[in-house]
Amino acid sequence: MNHIIEIENLVKTYRVGDVTVQALGGVSLTIERGDFVAIMGPSGSGKSTLMNIFGCLDKPSLGTYRLDGVSVGNLGRDELAEIRNRKIGFVFQQFNLLARTSALENVELPLLYTDTAARERQERAMQALASVGLADRADHHPNQLSGGQQQRVAIARALVNRPQMLLADEPTGALDSHTSIEIMAIFQQLNREQGISTIVVTHEPDIAAYANRNIQFRDGRIVVDERIARPRQALEELAAVGGEVPQEEPVEAV
Amino acid sequence: MKKILASVRIALRALLTNRLRSALTMLGIIIGVAAVICMVAVGSGATARIQEQIASIGSNVIIVLSGSITSNGIRLGSGAAQTLSSDDAKAIASECTAVAAVAPTVRGSGQVVYGNNNWFTNIQGTTPDYLTIREYTMQSGSAFTSQDVDGATKVALLGKTVADNLFGSTDPAGQVIRIKNVPFTVAGVLSAKGQSPTGQDQDDIIILPISTARKKVIGASQANANAVGAIMVQARGPSMMQEAELEVRELLRQRHHLQAEQDDDFTVRNLEEVFAAQETSARVMSILLGAIASVSLLVGGIGIMNIMLVSVTERTREIGLRLAIGAKTKDILTQFLVEAVTLALLGGIVGIVLGASGSYVVSYFAKWNTLISPGAILLAFVFSALIGIFFGYYPARKAALLDPIDALRYE
Repeated sequence: MNHIIEIENLVKTYRVGDVTVQALGGVSLTIERGDFVAIMGPSGSGKSTLMNIFGCLDKPSLGTYRLDGVSVGNLGRDELAEIRNRKIGFVFQQFNLLARTSALENVELPLLYTDTAARERQERAMQALASVGLADRADHHPNQLSGGQQQRVAIARALVNRPQMLLADEPTGALDSHTSIEIMAIFQQLNREQGISTIVVTHEPDIAAYANRNIQFRDGRIVVDERIARPRQALEELAAVGGEVPQEEPVEAV
Repeated sequence: MKKILASVRIALRALLTNRLRSALTMLGIIIGVAAVICMVAVGSGATARIQEQIASIGSNVIIVLSGSITSNGIRLGSGAAQTLSSDDAKAIASECTAVAAVAPTVRGSGQVVYGNNNWFTNIQGTTPDYLTIREYTMQSGSAFTSQDVDGATKVALLGKTVADNLFGSTDPAGQVIRIKNVPFTVAGVLSAKGQSPTGQDQDDIIILPISTARKKVIGASQANANAVGAIMVQARGPSMMQEAELEVRELLRQRHHLQAEQDDDFTVRNLEEVFAAQETSARVMSILLGAIASVSLLVGGIGIMNIMLVSVTERTREIGLRLAIGAKTKDILTQFLVEAVTLALLGGIVGIVLGASGSYVVSYFAKWNTLISPGAILLAFVFSALIGIFFGYYPARKAALLDPIDALRYE
């Protein structure tokens, strides 16, 4: 079982009033375990719909979707919640951190919906924060952190339950270019060192260039699907600029 | 349990972030619970007072009043004729099995003088059993005995009011007073009984041996020297009341030679029944007050629902995020339900404290009895929790059933 994602003839249609809109028109795709994929396309091309289906937030109208070998097409609401909790880490454009809640507690959040004991929750949240270089900001609230730091807290939250796959929807969309490189450095490092399959939706080719594989969507279909021979390396670029390199520690234990 | 505690902590934090709003929302419950506690306390205070007054009459008491004769087709009321006699009383005592004690009474009134003081009061002639039936105790001195009745001794027992008015602070026992100009020795003073259920001062009375009263003070009917105004009868127990009533009525009808078609020439009154009705009306009053107060509790509940709905809308993105990272329907439902219940319970606790102090203030300033029962407090507590659940369920369900994608996109 070497594919984390297998989709076959995926169709998704929405009904808007009397008009039926087809967001995805028969997409077939496999993504290998441990790959780093960027999905691109203009708005309305169907990439967000696909991400929602990948994230088990939405169900396809037709076709099959197998995540980690399990068909998730006909699972119930709570079963999907369980899969999201255990197998998927989400990173959003707007970070979606809880206000007036410390970074540590934000990171702990996914563990609240498991049977993890309080002490272990804290330890694991602390490790996850350390892995994105924010161990010293554990008790800061989101409004005391910069945008880049907030996104790193969000990544730590995505990591805390040891997912097999990270889904990032425009993770750098709200960040400046330097901070964006820092965030991509974290994704690349997690992907390389822990083998977490990573899928990033972006409309910036610069960001897609950090991935190993680029998929382009247009009108609900794949128009380009290519391997990148030499992806950009965020860490090297940061070292060259001499900017702040995220203090990353070896991250086996996360 | 641990999980619930954790959700209570989360709920408290959510409530603390909107302090003013939470406080205002709670105010509805606080006022409601305080009103219920206060009203029920006032109501049960009134009931307790009535019960106290009923107890002052004595327990299991039946009063037989003479009277109600028909003369030339005109019916006269109770007491119009002295149809009862001391012999009737003796017969009841010896023949009715359900009866524990019997005391014939004659009543009158007159001026009483001691030294420079005088007082107009009720005078009652009776036997020592009367004191037992009415559960009188002596504050000072001692009661008269059946020897005093047989010998028509000139001794008197004073009610508290009479003793106070004639003697002030000195002890009346052994002193000589003049009742309608006849000198009597005060044998003792009765302990205070307070108001009767009908509002009369039960301590404004002088009790004399029935024989002495007839001969020296009230005077006896010429037709029937043995006549008495009323006979107090005490049944052997609460369950014997009906039986005693029946026995007394039959015996008296027989003794008075009444034919089957003739009306009774006496009236039997079961006091328990009369006062039970009063007690019931007080109780109904207290339930009514409580019910009116619970309307404000209901309004408070609606306030909670309103604020929870606002809160769910405001936190749509938070809910979306929680759903996305793995919260199940039940988790979100619990979170918001616990928040609503916490709000209601906090309000309930503050309301209980406020209601208790409120009823204390009422009893202090209005000189009313109030009675706060642990039952009422428990009920208020449980009721506010139920209100939290009832009015919190709809908003919580609304939150739990949100679509995660829409919720995450919500602006």
